[in-house]
Amino acid sequence: MSAAWFVVRRLARDRSALVGLILIGALLLAALLAPVLATHPDDVFELHPAQRLQAPSGNHWLGTDRMGADVYSRLLFGARITILIGVIAVGASLLVGVPVGLVAGHFHGWFSDLLMRVSDIFLAVPQVVLAIAIAQTLGPSLPNVILALSATYWPWFARVVYAETRVVQKEIFVESTVALGASPWRLTALHVLPNIASPIIVRASIGMGFTILTAAALGFLGLGPPPPTPEWGRTIAESREFLPDAWWYAAAPGLAIFLTVMGFNLLGDGLRDVLDPRLRRGRTPRDD
Amino acid sequence: MRLLALALRRLAWFVPTLLGLLVLTFVISRVIPADPVALVAGETATPAQVEALRRQLGYDRPLPVQFVGYVARLAQGDMGTSIFTRRPIVQDLAHRLPATIELTVVAMVVSVLAGVPLGVVSALWRNSVLDHAVRVVTVSGLAIASFWLGIMLQLLFAMRLGWTPLNGRLQGFPPEAITGFYLVDAALTGDGPAFGAALRHLALPAATLAFPALATLVRFTRAGVLDVMQSNFVLYERAMGLPRPVIVWKYTLRSALTSTVTQIGLLFGILLAGAVVTEAVFDWPGIGTYAVSSILQSDYNAVMGFTIWAGTIFIVVNLLVDVVQTLVDPRERAT
Amino acid sequence: MTELLSVRGLRVDFVTDGGVAQVLDGINLDVGPGEVVGLVGESGCGKTTLARAILGILPAGAARVRGGEVRFRGADLLRQDPAVVNARVRGKAITFIPQDPSTSFSPLFPVQTQIMDLMKWKSPRAGDGGARWPLWRYPRGRYRADREAVLETLRAVQIPEPARALRRLPHEFSGGQRQRLMIAMALLPQPDLIIADEPTTALDVTIQAQILRLLRELVKARGVSVLFTTHDLGTAHEICDRVVVMYAGQEMEAAPTDAFFARPAHPYTRRLLASVPRSDGEIRDIPGDVPSLVAPPPGCRFHPRCDHATPECQARPALRALAPDHGVRCHHPVDGPVGAGA
Repeated sequence: MSAAWFVVRRLARDRSALVGLILIGALLLAALLAPVLATHPDDVFELHPAQRLQAPSGNHWLGTDRMGADVYSRLLFGARITILIGVIAVGASLLVGVPVGLVAGHFHGWFSDLLMRVSDIFLAVPQVVLAIAIAQTLGPSLPNVILALSATYWPWFARVVYAETRVVQKEIFVESTVALGASPWRLTALHVLPNIASPIIVRASIGMGFTILTAAALGFLGLGPPPPTPEWGRTIAESREFLPDAWWYAAAPGLAIFLTVMGFNLLGDGLRDVLDPRLRRGRTPRDD
Repeated sequence: MRLLALALRRLAWFVPTLLGLLVLTFVISRVIPADPVALVAGETATPAQVEALRRQLGYDRPLPVQFVGYVARLAQGDMGTSIFTRRPIVQDLAHRLPATIELTVVAMVVSVLAGVPLGVVSALWRNSVLDHAVRVVTVSGLAIASFWLGIMLQLLFAMRLGWTPLNGRLQGFPPEAITGFYLVDAALTGDGPAFGAALRHLALPAATLAFPALATLVRFTRAGVLDVMQSNFVLYERAMGLPRPVIVWKYTLRSALTSTVTQIGLLFGILLAGAVVTEAVFDWPGIGTYAVSSILQSDYNAVMGFTIWAGTIFIVVNLLVDVVQTLVDPRERAT
Repeated sequence: MTELLSVRGLRVDFVTDGGVAQVLDGINLDVGPGEVVGLVGESGCGKTTLARAILGILPAGAARVRGGEVRFRGADLLRQDPAVVNARVRGKAITFIPQDPSTSFSPLFPVQTQIMDLMKWKSPRAGDGGARWPLWRYPRGRYRADREAVLETLRAVQIPEPARALRRLPHEFSGGQRQRLMIAMALLPQPDLIIADEPTTALDVTIQAQILRLLRELVKARGVSVLFTTHDLGTAHEICDRVVVMYAGQEMEAAPTDAFFARPAHPYTRRLLASVPRSDGEIRDIPGDVPSLVAPPPGCRFHPRCDHATPECQARPALRALAPDHGVRCHHPVDGPVGAGA
């Protein structure tokens, strides 16, 4: 896969993409090694009301929350939730959206239009609202959040794939391949798919950031996984009544969300710069 | 006229899309939950009372019939009654609309007035200190959770510094209601203190809402300008020695801004969505809080009402954007 | 004869993903007053880069001028104050005809706006230095005179109904008409030199000859020089007084058109002429590939593909004058007409 290696090399030259990768790496580490890295791993379940709302100290690096639990440790376990939600939701959106986009792009006529109209309908409603509605209807839990997010994000993949498929179809080399007798489906598999890989990857990375933000919003509104799950959005909601004194309680999870989403956004931007030749600024001479 | 043809074409899709939206929300509200009627009846109702209510509300009829009934009433402007406010939903929405619109418009004005020039300047002085600073801001803008930003702003400006009120749209008496927009009303009636108060209350929510919008606008404008600067006609103008200010401010900007206009239209839709969460943080008495509370209280008619309204706005805005795009880009007029 | 344009030893590098490409390797080129010079070469040989280097519009980030001089009317454009060059030379003494007329206009403004903007700053009635920025008001008297000149020039390039045409948008014209507009815009500032970068490549074959002949007619009538790049020998033959051949960033041979086509001396030129498709159907191409500009062969860059090459060719040959006007940079120039054996 020399193509993949080439991409990695080009990416490595982009400083902000590297920062993004580092941030994502940190998130993954936090999630994977939470039990090891946490100073008070049991605080996810145990309560110590006597130690509630303590300021950051040597013992509790980011202070304690309203139940006396260590904010830092809960934050680390919250990273697991975040990654889980992000990966599964985006993955599911991809699995639904890409085939829909491919089919819609491949065929012409009413079926195609119908598919794209359906995705338009999903896009017509502000995503947050739709996600909230679905999550509320189904009840607050982790799987329901993931379902709600997938149901609202798949149209983005469908759209991107649809547009790219149509573009590739119009290209000259496709016409000639068809003229040579290749079957349309073979064409799709061999020619369209490699060309749409890049926009999908870029969209997925940016989608991770977006999904994590929406997931946090759902958690904030109380629609996420119920306590004592240390989901970041819910933690921020819990902290509100103790402001301004216990500021660390609200600041820490928010900062965690910020760094995570920024990581995915930076990586997504870097990937787009590398993978999408149309957007690359002319560094090579255009003509002679 | 081509404009009319374009408008009609878009409208043709409006109805089916809206219908699809209605089906979607109908399914969410009637089909998925266990028993909406029981929710309406309340926890203390007996099974007999629930059944009576079911017949009364028409929920015992087959689903397609229910749907047709709903659409028919909708066509007459009746969105049903809210379970909790006991008022017609249309009235509830209308009552709360000005607050949301005022907030959204202020946020959009701020983000456009700040965002577009920043994007242009950032592109012109590419890779300068200013450009890097701007890029840091834009990347952050898209990574910050709106609700968290709102809370942090509250923490700093309202709680610690006391420069702005904590939440709400206004304390005390609102200015004489002419349009329902406090700023406009206060200006029209010369009510200085009310104007100032309304502005102070708007400050934090508008800033929270505007930040991601601003980030997006700056990015798109910057990319647009950079793109245009690579184009052949700019090369030609440089080759022919046209003064740089003319090339930039007259020709480059015009081309770059045609795409920015589309962005502004889409931004409106995004702002409306962001308003939901922002209103929740600041207790802003707008449609966003109405939507959230309706959802959390399982007031499904209200949820439907809100979704239809939001969806309609979104589609209308897209239509307007298409129209403006056609006006701005003379090439489109020919096709 | 004092040359109008005199390029000496011009070296330009481009920074690319694959390394630093030495796109121009010490180019020498002359254009005399009132002369139409054709710069011929394959794609990638550097002719567009040379044209842009003379105009001073190379991409700032990627291109680096490593050395040499570009003397125009005696002064070195590379070492003059850029602001002065922009005001006095570009668009005034030296104008440009681009390759693709369809993308060289801003699609959002009518043609009139773009031409009159050019005249506002570059009209011959604005003085030698052109108008200085900022020029808030376009002086009405000059505006009328300029507009008259525009209409007259549009008639000269055979645009029908010039006054109405001006009000139209660029996309309402055909490709050929747009190129005529470009020619008009190149002539209006009354330049000494026009640099035309493959001006007919983007046009239909049927109108290419038309446009070329029109261009030649107009410049000859006005005594304007033209430096004209092309990859097509036919077009060079059509309108040029002299032809210069480039290969991989080096100039190989320069001669008056007749001598060039009748008695080419450089092996590359001979190969090039021999490769033009003939009626006997045989295809004679040049074996081998164009060299990489990142790691080019030393000395004469054609020597790896040349039949007459010797170890001597690894040092760049100096200019050898075969005749007063006919120069060739080769250690082994060939004598005699181009035959079947080249």
